[in-house]
Amino acid sequence: KHIQTLDTRNLCESAKNGGCGECQTSIANQQCEN
Amino acid sequence: MIHCYKLGNLDIVLDICSGSVHVVDDMAYDMIDMLDKGKSRDEISSYIIDTYNTNKEEVKECFDAIDELTEQGKLFTPDTFAPMAGELKARTSGVVKALCLHVAHVCNLNCSYCFASQGKYNGDRAIMSFEVGKRALDFLIENSGNRRNLEVDFFGGEPLMNFDVVKQLVAYARQIEKEHNKNFRFTLTTNGMLIDDDVIEFANKEMHNVVLSLDGRKEIHDRFRVDYNGKGSFDRIVPKFQKLVKARGDKGYYMRGTFTHANPDFLEDIKTMLDLGFTELSMEPVVCADDDPSALTESDIEIVSKQYEELASLMLERHKMGKPFTFYHYMIDLKGGPCIYKRISGCGSGTEYMAVTPWGDLYPCHQFVGDEKFKLGDIWTGVTNTSVRDDFASCNVYAREECKDCWAKLYCSGGCAANAYHSTGSVKGVYKKGCELFRKRMECAIMLEIAKQMN
Repeated sequence: KHIQTLDTRNLCESAKNGGCGECQTSIANQQCEN
Repeated sequence: MIHCYKLGNLDIVLDICSGSVHVVDDMAYDMIDMLDKGKSRDEISSYIIDTYNTNKEEVKECFDAIDELTEQGKLFTPDTFAPMAGELKARTSGVVKALCLHVAHVCNLNCSYCFASQGKYNGDRAIMSFEVGKRALDFLIENSGNRRNLEVDFFGGEPLMNFDVVKQLVAYARQIEKEHNKNFRFTLTTNGMLIDDDVIEFANKEMHNVVLSLDGRKEIHDRFRVDYNGKGSFDRIVPKFQKLVKARGDKGYYMRGTFTHANPDFLEDIKTMLDLGFTELSMEPVVCADDDPSALTESDIEIVSKQYEELASLMLERHKMGKPFTFYHYMIDLKGGPCIYKRISGCGSGTEYMAVTPWGDLYPCHQFVGDEKFKLGDIWTGVTNTSVRDDFASCNVYAREECKDCWAKLYCSGGCAANAYHSTGSVKGVYKKGCELFRKRMECAIMLEIAKQMN
């Protein structure tokens, strides 16, 4: 196909369920721990 | 905002504000790129039909795919995050979750490129007492709010020069963590000189991660990492590191190297580490003044950029062979990476992350220790210099004018405040040399992740 889209975390969605602050202090190389 | 680039025989389109990643063919690549540059659809159609010897139906099909992704919020997603920029730090104001404990402002090595002036941080030699360390851990628990995961890095100088206190502090933390419903994660950063069987047993039992300083090739490592007699440390530390890593099993560690003007061809150092049996690697560019002899020059930056691409190729090749290795800055989890709040607010230095000196003073992070104007307070009275804390609290990706149009802003979170300060004089400045290398690393990391998934 002209465009293949990978499965990624949607950042707009993460505004609703993110921000718990439990992830390790390092940014892009971090993993979510929520 | 989007970013289009070609690397590793892949045409890649990143939709910055949704986090979406697309692999496209040449035709779609040009169409998306031209739309981003404001070209009209008629203009794009004419160009594509001429260039790709295709027809209107094919072009329409591609436009339809682009429009569908745009409607789904996966392409050309507008940036609506600016109003959230201070939200995470505001709602967690006063919460501290990580400390860098400077248990020793002394070192048994005399590395010329050391940002900490051979471990003394431009001050006197000093060792942290158990009483100061204990109070620091109590301070962390008292100020951690509802955060469960608390992080403590034993740092220096050389922390193993105060190993007894390190052991006592870990024992104290283990004693109190359950009653406070906390989970301490300890890390240790060491030059390796004092590693012995006791250290290995202790580190492998208690340390969530160990960071082992090794610059790669013997001649590169020994150029900077010497003892006070000027003798290189490579031959003394490598067997100790190998023994520690072998005993560590599947627990975390990183070989942490620094590359400088002496070795912009740092991939050779990566290969040396692999040959020595190490697979969890982090090699980073030196951060220093432009007139420092070890500083990377413009021509070095070009070499380093190519090296980053070759590193990605090597990692992919070894991944296919079933002999993978980790490069810290290429670790990117597209499905489980950080949320938007974390991406906007950055590392938390000066707010949720602080450094503690051997005598109990608080600084925004280890890189500001020794610079009195950044002293935040101490572990007995807490943060008293609220203007410095507020300056760091307002540090985020939207606080930097130069970052607004950068495609990498939600990957770097505005970059390191210390690097910004040391290169521009402001914690809200931009360390441009670092930006250039960061963008290259991200392009390589994302390409590598795509290639792994497609294989």
